[in-house]
Amino acid sequence: MLIAETSFFANFVAETIGSNAVAPHLPVLQVAIPLIAAPLCVLFGNRTMAWMIALVTTLISLAISINLLDHVTTFGAISYHIGGWAPPLGIEYIIDPLNALVLLIISMIGVLTVLYGRLSIAQEILPRDQTLFYACLMLCFTGLLGVTATADAFNVFVFLEISSLSTYVLVAQGANRQRRALTAAYDYLIMGTIGATFFVIGIGLLYMATGTLNMADLAERIVPIYDNKTVLAAFAFIIVGIGLKVAIYPLHFWLPNAYTFAPTAVTVFLAATATKVAIYVMLRFMFIIFRPDFVTTSHILEFIILPFAIIAMFAASFVAIFQADVKRMLAYSSIGQIGYMLLGVSFYSEKGLTATLIHLFNHAITKAALFMALGAMVYVVGSSMLNRIQGLGKKMPLTSLLFVLASLSLIGIPSTAGFISKWVLIEAALEKQGHWFWVLIAFLIVASSLLAVIYIWRVVEMLYFKEPMQNVEIKEAPMGLLLPTFALVIACFYFGFDTSLTYDTAEMAAKILLGGAQ
Amino acid sequence: MLDAILSPIVSAMPQVPPAFVFMMAAALMAFVPQGVGRSLILLSAPILSALQIYGYGTVSPLGGNHMPMEFMGLTLELMRVDKLAIIFGYIFSLAAFLASIYAWHVKDTPQQFATLLYAGSAIGAVFAGDLVTLFVYWEGTAIASVFLIWARRTEGAYHTGQRYLIVQIASGVILLAGCVLMYRDTGSIAFDKMTLGSLGTWLIFLAFGIKCAFPLLHNWLQDSYPAATITGTVILSSFTTKLAVYALARGFPGTEILIYIGATMTLFPIFFAVIENDLRRVLAYSLNNQLGFMVVGIGIGTELSLNGTAAHAFCHILYKSLLFMSVGAVMFRTGTAKGSELGGLYKTMPYTMLFCVIGAASISAFPLFSGFISKSLIVTASAENHNWLVWGILVFASAGVFHHSGIKIPYFAFFAHDNFAHNGGKNRPKEAPFHMLLAMGITATLCILIGVFPEPLYALLPYSVDYVPYTTAHVITQLQLLMFSALAFGVLMRTGIYPPELKSTNLDTDWFYRKFLVSLIKWIRKRVKLIFFMGSLLVTIILQKSIKRLYSWYGPEGHVARVWPTGSMVIWIAILLAATLIVSFLKV
Repeated sequence: MLIAETSFFANFVAETIGSNAVAPHLPVLQVAIPLIAAPLCVLFGNRTMAWMIALVTTLISLAISINLLDHVTTFGAISYHIGGWAPPLGIEYIIDPLNALVLLIISMIGVLTVLYGRLSIAQEILPRDQTLFYACLMLCFTGLLGVTATADAFNVFVFLEISSLSTYVLVAQGANRQRRALTAAYDYLIMGTIGATFFVIGIGLLYMATGTLNMADLAERIVPIYDNKTVLAAFAFIIVGIGLKVAIYPLHFWLPNAYTFAPTAVTVFLAATATKVAIYVMLRFMFIIFRPDFVTTSHILEFIILPFAIIAMFAASFVAIFQADVKRMLAYSSIGQIGYMLLGVSFYSEKGLTATLIHLFNHAITKAALFMALGAMVYVVGSSMLNRIQGLGKKMPLTSLLFVLASLSLIGIPSTAGFISKWVLIEAALEKQGHWFWVLIAFLIVASSLLAVIYIWRVVEMLYFKEPMQNVEIKEAPMGLLLPTFALVIACFYFGFDTSLTYDTAEMAAKILLGGAQ
Repeated sequence: MLDAILSPIVSAMPQVPPAFVFMMAAALMAFVPQGVGRSLILLSAPILSALQIYGYGTVSPLGGNHMPMEFMGLTLELMRVDKLAIIFGYIFSLAAFLASIYAWHVKDTPQQFATLLYAGSAIGAVFAGDLVTLFVYWEGTAIASVFLIWARRTEGAYHTGQRYLIVQIASGVILLAGCVLMYRDTGSIAFDKMTLGSLGTWLIFLAFGIKCAFPLLHNWLQDSYPAATITGTVILSSFTTKLAVYALARGFPGTEILIYIGATMTLFPIFFAVIENDLRRVLAYSLNNQLGFMVVGIGIGTELSLNGTAAHAFCHILYKSLLFMSVGAVMFRTGTAKGSELGGLYKTMPYTMLFCVIGAASISAFPLFSGFISKSLIVTASAENHNWLVWGILVFASAGVFHHSGIKIPYFAFFAHDNFAHNGGKNRPKEAPFHMLLAMGITATLCILIGVFPEPLYALLPYSVDYVPYTTAHVITQLQLLMFSALAFGVLMRTGIYPPELKSTNLDTDWFYRKFLVSLIKWIRKRVKLIFFMGSLLVTIILQKSIKRLYSWYGPEGHVARVWPTGSMVIWIAILLAATLIVSFLKV
């Protein structure tokens, strides 16, 4: 019965999306549908209905993003004019392989988060807050999709704020379990707001210098005024502002607490999408609006991005090694992994950007899988502290196995997705021939991966080589939590073999990013 | 004749890479409950794999790549079939088969999976035509095999396993680094003959060297093999190091430095083996020494010597398994493999004793046993190479092998002082169980058959063989060598000079303690030990200090990890903005 309905629904969605009336409007529907879903959740006022709405919405989003990705990789970019107003006056949405890939990540993780959330949210959040929770989640979802899809600089800011504001609320929901979620959300609020302010200041400066907000238009008008101090300041403000959202190394302080104290489902969603979207925005501003030759003449890549990326890879990993809370450990590991992505950017080559984008995708699925597996343990034992999860390898064999398999991808063992990203990244480093420095960088990439082995091993040792705690009744986590995790773990391995989706799309996107240079 | 029987069977089967046979068997085993079904799967996987190798071997011409796979713009060669790969493929399958019979009684799921995946990875690596595939299987052997050590489930075995895993993974990572550098230099990842020179090739060489237990890189071997389970050691002894020998033979034939590395390898384990009490550790040292012969063969690099290496690897896997099996059977019955606590077992374990002696005769290269027809290829090749120093070392090492493996193992296990005589011999252990005897029996028969009829083995070798092992000169030289070695053992035993570790076996008396030979051995051992000790102490101190420092920075209370007040977080934003502005404004 349920299967029949689901397949009917799937058919219906597929047909609708494919139909001539709907297909041209997909870029805006991608953002509009979740936006409408948010108030719908509140209107129905029933938490089961809210969950259903969230699920249906994310599924439709997923279908649309798959369709869009398929379309743009075969036919090229789509430009959509909101309300029929032509740019630069009207707001334009552009879908190209670059952001289609990010859209896919967001909507895919969205679906799995909602599926996972049914049990996890029900346990972690007070029943009366759950409806509003899903509304916020939908708003956050909308914001991230909007940031990604839009081609209007100010529109980016608007959606960034939509996603950020709802994120602060989502993080604060962890207060039901740990009160410190409130301070974490507060810190994030302060930092995020400063970041957004810098960002909007940067856009304001750009507007001052060029008189336009449309990205393509901006790109054209910046070229003659490269040396303009206003443009230079705008660039710095935008990079630092969005860098806060990315959690570039010294701007990462909000991240560990936010990830640690947020409810599991929120952590999964944020870890897999929020920072990734921020990196995407950074790439789009750096390479599409400011053009690669601008970026290279300002030395930000080699003096800011590269050194901090490397510091992040090591410092964050070292911190992760000494953490007693696994959730916090994974949060620090995320900061380190962001280092890899930024490192790829700093190479300033097609290979390097390809590596960044592949890692964007691969790390999203890997980290989401890890947080989900860990969340399943938290669901059962009630804590993510190392000493509480000891011996779970015997009591919760499936969950533990899923955690270990996902960690293989985090470390970058061959045949996992994580290996592909690191391989391409190392290749990109070695491609820059003629200088020992790049060989050193390649070596550092390998060395920092070994740090991941260490902190993951600490968990494995706890899970498998310690006796389980006595006098506590522990059973395997419910399937409702394990199945979404399992899906992501399969993906971690699938994308370790079949790289056609990730590698080819990323390569195409990297070409677009560097297009201005040729 | 054999072809006529096998051809129709093979042609009826779908062609699958032999490594996949093992993987599929492992997957299938997950659905079969513990019992005869599982043991049968364990037995059938190597047979099917051997049939597959036979099938690939009949496809002409050899040397082709039968399974190309596109992977990120690189072409992987999953099945590169030539004679060198085939002979290693066969012996690995055979070893897995024999070990599975021997391990029939083991009802331990992790060990069963580890056996299949380990053997499968090793065979996969043998047929890998490119370095990336090689690397994947290389790591596969490392990860699968460590479970054979951990399966012993003692605290010591756990730590040993961790050390073993670190070394093996390090070897894999170095291999990967070398592979990447190679690719950058040459644009190719093909796994063919390489010449040492670039950093990439040196790294690959080092990776192979670690796995092959080159001198000073060898400690993992003696550390881990005696720590595994009884059956685990038998399995471990067959694959890892021989895979490294294969990789060296494929990648670095004729690399001169290997001659000297190999010669050293034949020599130095002898001293350790002679004074060691744990018989499984003695065997681990002698394994190292045997590897030396193969490495010398690779280093010489003539057709004859490479044939010798392949043949010696083949025979060595058999007799070394046989020796580990027989010592394992003793351990299975008595619970120990310490020479000082055994003895006199020939009375109740006559078959095991017989098989052990056959293994000992083979490793000592007695005429009519398998070691003779393979080792002489290498020794002759080194003579033809006119490198008399190396030849001399090999000859001396051959005598040494007989000493510590040929005589010592059977002597202390089955004869010597009877530790079970008290209490009217009631504690005397029973004969080994049937499946162990069967496995040992088959292996022993093969050792003799190969020794008596070497032609079928010679036919399998990578190059055509124009060599007759049984000439009067060969046989007499070898027998002289063995007799004098036996004489030396006899004299040492009689005079009681034989090393003092075995004091509890009433072999020596204190007053002869300081005699020249022993003190020389002790002296060498002490120096080597001291160097190792100082080295590892230094590393430990540095490590401990740096971990402490790391902790003070990065530990939960360190200032990198501390939760910062909001204000300080904001200061960082200001700093970074200032830095970015300065960098941007400074643009040229």
